[in-house]
Amino acid sequence: MELTLLLFLPLATGLLGGILGNRLVKPVAVLGGLGTLGVAVGLALNYDTALGGSQFTVDKLWVKPLGIHWALTIDGLNLALVVLTAFVYASVVVACALREQESPRLFYFHLGLGASAVLGAFLAQDLILFVLFFDLMLVPFYFLVGQWGTGDRVAATTKMVIYTLAGSLLMLAAAVATGALAASHHGRHLDFLISNLERLPLGKGTQQWIFLCFAAAFLVKMPAVPLHGWLKDAYKSMPLPVLALFSGVLSKVAAYGFLKLALPLFPDAAASFQDLLLAIGVISILYGSALAFTTNDARLVVGYSSIAQLGFILLGIFSLTSDGAQGALLQMVNHGVVTVALVMIVGVLASRAKGSEDLGSMGGIAMGAPVLAVVFLIAAFANLAMPASANFIGEFLILKGVFDSVTVVAVIACLGVAMAAVYMLRAYIRAMHGPDTNGVEQRDLSIREALPILPAIALILALALSPQPLLKRSEGPATAAVIPAAKAANIDPIQTATTAQAKR
Amino acid sequence: MIAAIKAPFIDWSALAPYTSLTVGAVIVLIAGLVGSARLRSWLVPGLALVTLTGTAVELLSRWNHPKVIISEALRVDNLTVILGLLCVAAAAFAVVLSLRSDTEDSVGRGEYHSLLLFSTIGMLILIAANDLVTIFAGLELLSIPLYVLCATELRREHSLEAGLKYLIVGSVGSATLLYGLALIYGATGSTSLPKIGVAIADTGALTDPLLLAGTALAIAGLSFKASAAPFHQWTPDVYEGAPTPVTTFMATATKAAALGILLRILVGPLLPAVDDWAPVIAAVATLSIIVGNFGALGQDSLKRMLAWSSVAQVGYLLAGLVVATSLGIGALVFYLVVYAVMTLAAFAVVIENERASDDGERLSGFAGLGRRRPWLAGAMTVSMLSLAGLPPTGGFIGKLAIINADASGGWMWLAIVLVLGSLVSLGYYLRVIATMWMTEGSAAKTPVVKQAREIVAVALLAAAVTIAAGVLPSWPLERAQDVGHTVISSR
Repeated sequence: MELTLLLFLPLATGLLGGILGNRLVKPVAVLGGLGTLGVAVGLALNYDTALGGSQFTVDKLWVKPLGIHWALTIDGLNLALVVLTAFVYASVVVACALREQESPRLFYFHLGLGASAVLGAFLAQDLILFVLFFDLMLVPFYFLVGQWGTGDRVAATTKMVIYTLAGSLLMLAAAVATGALAASHHGRHLDFLISNLERLPLGKGTQQWIFLCFAAAFLVKMPAVPLHGWLKDAYKSMPLPVLALFSGVLSKVAAYGFLKLALPLFPDAAASFQDLLLAIGVISILYGSALAFTTNDARLVVGYSSIAQLGFILLGIFSLTSDGAQGALLQMVNHGVVTVALVMIVGVLASRAKGSEDLGSMGGIAMGAPVLAVVFLIAAFANLAMPASANFIGEFLILKGVFDSVTVVAVIACLGVAMAAVYMLRAYIRAMHGPDTNGVEQRDLSIREALPILPAIALILALALSPQPLLKRSEGPATAAVIPAAKAANIDPIQTATTAQAKR
Repeated sequence: MIAAIKAPFIDWSALAPYTSLTVGAVIVLIAGLVGSARLRSWLVPGLALVTLTGTAVELLSRWNHPKVIISEALRVDNLTVILGLLCVAAAAFAVVLSLRSDTEDSVGRGEYHSLLLFSTIGMLILIAANDLVTIFAGLELLSIPLYVLCATELRREHSLEAGLKYLIVGSVGSATLLYGLALIYGATGSTSLPKIGVAIADTGALTDPLLLAGTALAIAGLSFKASAAPFHQWTPDVYEGAPTPVTTFMATATKAAALGILLRILVGPLLPAVDDWAPVIAAVATLSIIVGNFGALGQDSLKRMLAWSSVAQVGYLLAGLVVATSLGIGALVFYLVVYAVMTLAAFAVVIENERASDDGERLSGFAGLGRRRPWLAGAMTVSMLSLAGLPPTGGFIGKLAIINADASGGWMWLAIVLVLGSLVSLGYYLRVIATMWMTEGSAAKTPVVKQAREIVAVALLAAAVTIAAGVLPSWPLERAQDVGHTVISSR
């Protein structure tokens, strides 16, 4: 019941604001965002860690003839991500409320619908329900980009939708096939509960094409190279707060999908495509980093760095080790928080450089803006996985996992860590330091600007100081998620490096 | 003396929907002769609506009371009830949508509404047909009034052209069907569907070339009416040329009737030969999905686009028919109803927009509609999202049900075709949404005429039902599966 409330709170407040009219829409939306965060944090505090497993579960038959359940739960796997989503949504709503939007009623309705859909995807325990929310996520963002975006927004949003739905629709067919084939293969009633489907494995050949359909959907959404073609235009067009929500949480749904669905449901296929996905991960890291340090666009630095970061997350998941999966989960949260901070900072930088987001038109902003400089530096250090940051722990766990399973990939991926330092520091230096040749405004963060950024910075620091609570909760479920696939790939998911070598 | 004449038994209660509709159609025709134009303008549509409401109530009372009536000519079962209700509702909405059109004054209100009702009778007969002769009679009664209705905008060249085109192509379709029915009769020696079923069940497959050819011709003939590819060529021109309320009626009711009887024939007497006809239907479905979706891309006329899209939608529906199980039939019936509702929403918006501006049915006429009339644009958006099969709409659940039926019945490749087709369809559905919400309309496009409340209400109602079917699909899906069970078991 609590979870249904949590899920619908953003949408309901978005609708309510729309009904109440232009004057009240902002306060209602902000209350909705903070309320969502409050409920999510409350649930996280009430989650019994000692007990573990699925808690606050809702399970009702929703569409009886098709065996689709309204099944939501919180477990160690999605707990942190649900809180992350609520946090990002709250920050974004606050950031939006401090700006002016055209047709605010529709804007907040779409924003709330988007947040509800993301929460639904994280909470869903039914395969079709997950797919439904995964597809639904796209609809509000289609409007948010197309209606409130800048530049060639219609083309950008159309490209984004077509790219994403190409994968999502294949996933829909594949998801239905999973349930239908499992039912007919094992002579049971049609049922799409993930926990039931895990116990009804499909034949190896079937698993492979189904897995590929799921992978296509997730890889486009993340995005991973070479399926990232929509990213540049969509990122360029998106209003900044919307971009924070989009980049901060939507890509995580895809990564989470691999861990929650693709590995446990299709372990044989995951094992046989392990090399392919590791390769995609490595390419994403290298190519994403290269793009990030060749672009002069501050916003795209964040965007391309996301490609690289999600490449790391993909590596962690497909190392098929407990460490890798845990690192990936931690990194999803880290990246979500850091992205929100960085995206908002880009907005502040642009306002100092006469609205331009080009790094070339910035420079020397730090001179008169010490707080902004510190804030940016913290976010940048976190993003490049400076030791002592939670991102460092995340990437370390990922690399350790990959090292244990496929050593050579880990060696190449380590390059990515160095490259992250290059592009992040380059962006920082060019924006904040150097001579002020462009006549930028050297003004420090105002309260209005700081309001949505500082919570994210505080969260980055908090995660850096104590990532343990998060890791402790995710250890069990993350291990459980990789075990079937690890077995199929002949990897010991909780091994030491030496035994892995011995096996190979 | 009286006792000496033994009249055949007629089950008047089961026949009631037909008698009331016929009587109503005649009364409406006579009411059209009332002298006062003002009285006529509300009396005729009013009577038509009363007739349709009565018919709907009578149909509803037949739910779960299957009966074969008039010497086995008509089978009034759950399929008849559901699709009959669909056709009756489509006719009623067509009446509402044409309340303000000047069409009626050029051909006469009485004639217009009476033709609409007669066409509806034809549909009801066709859906319930249990005999080859009834099939043909129903089809002709459905078609001939429609030929006239298409041409009712006498002063518009396109309307006349549409009527003539529909007449010619429709006659070819009818002839093809008739030829097919004749061959089936020749091969099996009976016109009654159950008896044909017995004859075919004896051999198990369509080994008789006569029967095979007959079946193929019958499928082709009905495909003309359902506008499935490759028998769809008339659709865009006729949909564009006909008065939009008539187009709405054709796009929803005619399709339902044609698919209903196709279902009754194929999953009835021809079910033992499913392996023979299923690949043919699968091929028609695939072709329709491809042709319809690619044809709709780049259309600047909304009516033409919806015509092409309806070809693709028939493809999705046939993909449900291929799986001749109660699951497949249930999915088909559910999607058919959802399709009718979302199409109704789209056409209602087009009609309202046509009233407001000259290029109302062109895509350009929709520019900036989201700003000018957000509710109208909202209804259109829901309809487009549902036609494209995105959640949380009935179109999503409908496609899900069809994919599920296909996957369970071993037609996975058809499900993939369906999904890829939906992907292509985004290209034109999203274009409409983008035009409404993401482009500026010129200031001159502010509506000069007062908005028609009843048309907006129809659009919003249909959009609301579309959403409801996506959020609470359990009940309608179960009813649809009931229909599937009765069709399969009543064979």
